[in-house]
Amino acid sequence: MELDPLLLSRIQFAFVVSFHAIFPVFTIGLAAFIATLEGLYYRTDNPVYARLSRFWTKIFAVVFGMGVVSGIVMAFQFGSNWSAFSYTSANFLGPVLSYEVVTAFFLEATFLGVLLFGRDRVPRGVHLFAACMVALGTFISSFWILSANSWMQTPAGVEMQDGLLHVTSWAEAIFNPSLWPRFFHMALASFLTAGFVVAGISAWYLRQGRELEVNRKALGMTVVLLAMIAPAQLVVGDWHGLNSFEHQPAKVAAMEGAWETKEGAPLILFAIPDATAERNRFEIGIPYGASLILTHQLDGEVPGLKEWAAEDRPPVGWVFWSFRVMVAIGLLMIVIALTGLVQRLRGRLFHSQRLLRAFTWMIPAPFVAVLAGWFVTDIGRQPWVVYGIMRTSDGITPSLTGGMALFSLIGFVLVYAVIFTAGLYYLVRIFQAGPEAIDAAGTEGGHAKRPFSAVETGFEGGTTTTAGSRG
Amino acid sequence: MELIDLTLIWIGIIGFGVFMYVLMDGFDLGVGILFPFAPGDTERDIMMNTVAPVWDGNETWLILGGAGLLAAFPLVYTVFLPALYIGVFLLLAGLIFRGVAFEFRFKAKTSRYLWDWSFFGGSLVATFAQGAVVGAYIQGFETEGFTYVGGPLDWLTPFTVMTGLALVAGYTLLGATWLILKTTGPLQSWAYAVASRMLIAVLAFFIIISFWTPLAEARVMERWLGNMEWLWVFPMATLLAAGWLWQAIHRQREGVPFVATMVLFITFYVGLLISMWPLAVPPDHTFWDAASAPASQLFLLIGVLFLTPVVLGYTAWTYWVFRGKVTQESAGYH
Ligand code: HDD
Ligand code: HEM
Ligand code: HEM
Repeated sequence: MELDPLLLSRIQFAFVVSFHAIFPVFTIGLAAFIATLEGLYYRTDNPVYARLSRFWTKIFAVVFGMGVVSGIVMAFQFGSNWSAFSYTSANFLGPVLSYEVVTAFFLEATFLGVLLFGRDRVPRGVHLFAACMVALGTFISSFWILSANSWMQTPAGVEMQDGLLHVTSWAEAIFNPSLWPRFFHMALASFLTAGFVVAGISAWYLRQGRELEVNRKALGMTVVLLAMIAPAQLVVGDWHGLNSFEHQPAKVAAMEGAWETKEGAPLILFAIPDATAERNRFEIGIPYGASLILTHQLDGEVPGLKEWAAEDRPPVGWVFWSFRVMVAIGLLMIVIALTGLVQRLRGRLFHSQRLLRAFTWMIPAPFVAVLAGWFVTDIGRQPWVVYGIMRTSDGITPSLTGGMALFSLIGFVLVYAVIFTAGLYYLVRIFQAGPEAIDAAGTEGGHAKRPFSAVETGFEGGTTTTAGSRG
Repeated sequence: MELIDLTLIWIGIIGFGVFMYVLMDGFDLGVGILFPFAPGDTERDIMMNTVAPVWDGNETWLILGGAGLLAAFPLVYTVFLPALYIGVFLLLAGLIFRGVAFEFRFKAKTSRYLWDWSFFGGSLVATFAQGAVVGAYIQGFETEGFTYVGGPLDWLTPFTVMTGLALVAGYTLLGATWLILKTTGPLQSWAYAVASRMLIAVLAFFIIISFWTPLAEARVMERWLGNMEWLWVFPMATLLAAGWLWQAIHRQREGVPFVATMVLFITFYVGLLISMWPLAVPPDHTFWDAASAPASQLFLLIGVLFLTPVVLGYTAWTYWVFRGKVTQESAGYH
């Protein structure tokens, strides 16, 4: 069998970046949550906040660690598998990624040490400051990386000279047309992710009757937040879609499953797109729906995929279905978050077993939505790596053989399988030990213990001591 | 043309960044390599704790190296990474296993030994791969125009295996002298003993590589023989630094060995740069061939000039926060 380095590299890139993506999207939101808790503790001196912050910082440490190690892989993927793309776009991508390192990565990584291990070494105000710097760093990081990605979607401010891209306007290139919708959509996605995880875990404790005060606080806080941002995500998502409709109509045609250009195009709810026959099977749609959403007119024109030559179309099925998965989860989030808010206002949030269970079941949903969203965005960009300028097939490393690509792909799958399983296992153990492991004074109970692990938790036979049986 | 040579400035910046990486991640990788040989499990805990609050910041210099190369010398980035594809994979896999060990190890009970091995193996593989990269750089790359055209394993030669092992010895020395600085008691005594042995190993590698490199690469030979009237200063400086380090270890001067090791590394580094100057992608491309557009170099330079002092400032501050000895009892800051 002939091994295709292009296909293998695409699979590898999709795999490693998707793996990476699930961690930042959680840590960005969680860092902000922790900084908020630290701030509230600083202001109110209420130990509940200190305990919550300590507990979630343990989770944060594990997730952040996995985000860092998987992120380092990403920094080298561009050169190892996409060297032609990197060389061509280095004049823009290089400075942007470097700015990310000097403005964000150093900030996060350095203050992380103080956040995790410095609590009793620095004054409280300084510790709060470190928490804020970590949170700020994650946001700056997402700004730059999304600028890079948005530029690949809607390139601007560059000019091709002798086969290399040169930047003609930094402002246009960095603040390219799709940056802001993408940035805000992603920021909300991060808050939704952290919010639903915190809410889901707190609800799980509440159902077991554990640590009522702490977990009610956490659930109460997050439900209010979620009820505001879940609907906001719909609005930003709509804005984002309109932006793509303007700049990447082929992607939107694939998202809508539209083959023919139509005035008054229907909003297709279900279909199985058939790329060879260039039509949908089993199509169920709402008449005029797509035109209404995209052009805000009943008879607005929505271009279909047949406007583009077959080799210029993205893989329709992936884009179409990923989009539906994301939007469905978004709508579900709105329903659950608003129900939560209403029940909270009625004073029933903490006692409704069904609602608490629903929150717990929602924990994986934001991660699925985030990956689905990225699938829409990046598969929808195909066959271009830099939209309209460079094809993915031209971006590949020339010297890369199928065998090498297969080797590294299998290698990454194995390494990540081990890391992910172990990480998940330890996270579950921290969750099982729960906030009980942290006493009311906001410090961890028990004897002198190892200073430098942020996640140590022992729980022999249901009791909760800290350092456990080591030493 | 230009008034200032941006490319020259960027050589300085990237050179500085790479060197920061070597020193900072060097000592924590070295601690990882020493891990299984430590006197006991308590000592292992302490060892890990000396680096836990700072390793992430240290590793960030590597990312700066990668991104900075893409920005300032894209040719280096897009030739080295494809040419070293398999080696880079090993490097990344190594960094992953040692990075997660920091969190997972203290979390595990029965599986703890697995993360000990993950910390050790990851550090060892990552270090070896970095040393092999240095060797591959000296060896050069087969390019056609601006793309790499060699095979997947061209980088793996007896010479690069040698440089890989040399770096393992070097980082171990850094790690041992760091432990001298940060610990007390039996662990510190052990670190003194290790440091003195590793210094001998490092010097042996230094001598072998110093002869092997010019014999293998004619251009390096010419460089050194052609300028011997002033270049002799560098091997001499290396030997002086080594002597200073030896004395400091044997007189048990706590802080000095680490500083002396850093000085030793500086002399190696300068020697390497002299041998290679001005080639970025040997044997055909200089730094000036490899440079990105001046506009891009300038755009990033402005930010870097402002931000590097800030980064160095808060990095120094965290080291200061975590200053002092780490012992079994140094609880209290959890
Ligand atoms: C919107 C957010 C986002 C996205 C789309 C990406 N990242 Fe990321 N990345 C982060 C947000 C982030 C973060 C929040 O800053 C992380 C997550 C956990 C962490 O430690 O920092 C991070 C870590 C992280 C690191 C390690 C930084 C450190 O040591 O602190 C590197 C080198 C990268 N990323 C590089 C990339 C590349 C090359 C990506 C593109 C394919 C990418 N990331 C996608
Ligand atoms: C972090 C969340 C992200 C996820 C989950 C994601 C997902 C994907 C997927 C699934 C593909 C494969 C498309 C295909 O080949 O069919 C892809 C391609 C790609 N993405 Fe992203 N992406 C993310 C972020 C980014 C960012 C931030 C960048 C750039 C700065 C980026 C750059 C690329 C590149 C260069 C490709 C080309 C390889 C290819 O086309 O297969 N991605 N991504
Ligand atoms: C509620 C309805 C939602 C709508 C209408 C919507 C709309 C969109 C659109 C149109 C895109 C594609 C952008 C492009 O063309 O490149 C997108 C991407 C994305 N979506 Fe959504 N979205 C919704 C909900 C969500 C939710 C709930 C999440 C996660 C919690 C999410 C996460 C993402 C991510 C991570 C991307 C890829 C990055 C980007 O391009 O911004 N979305 N969304």
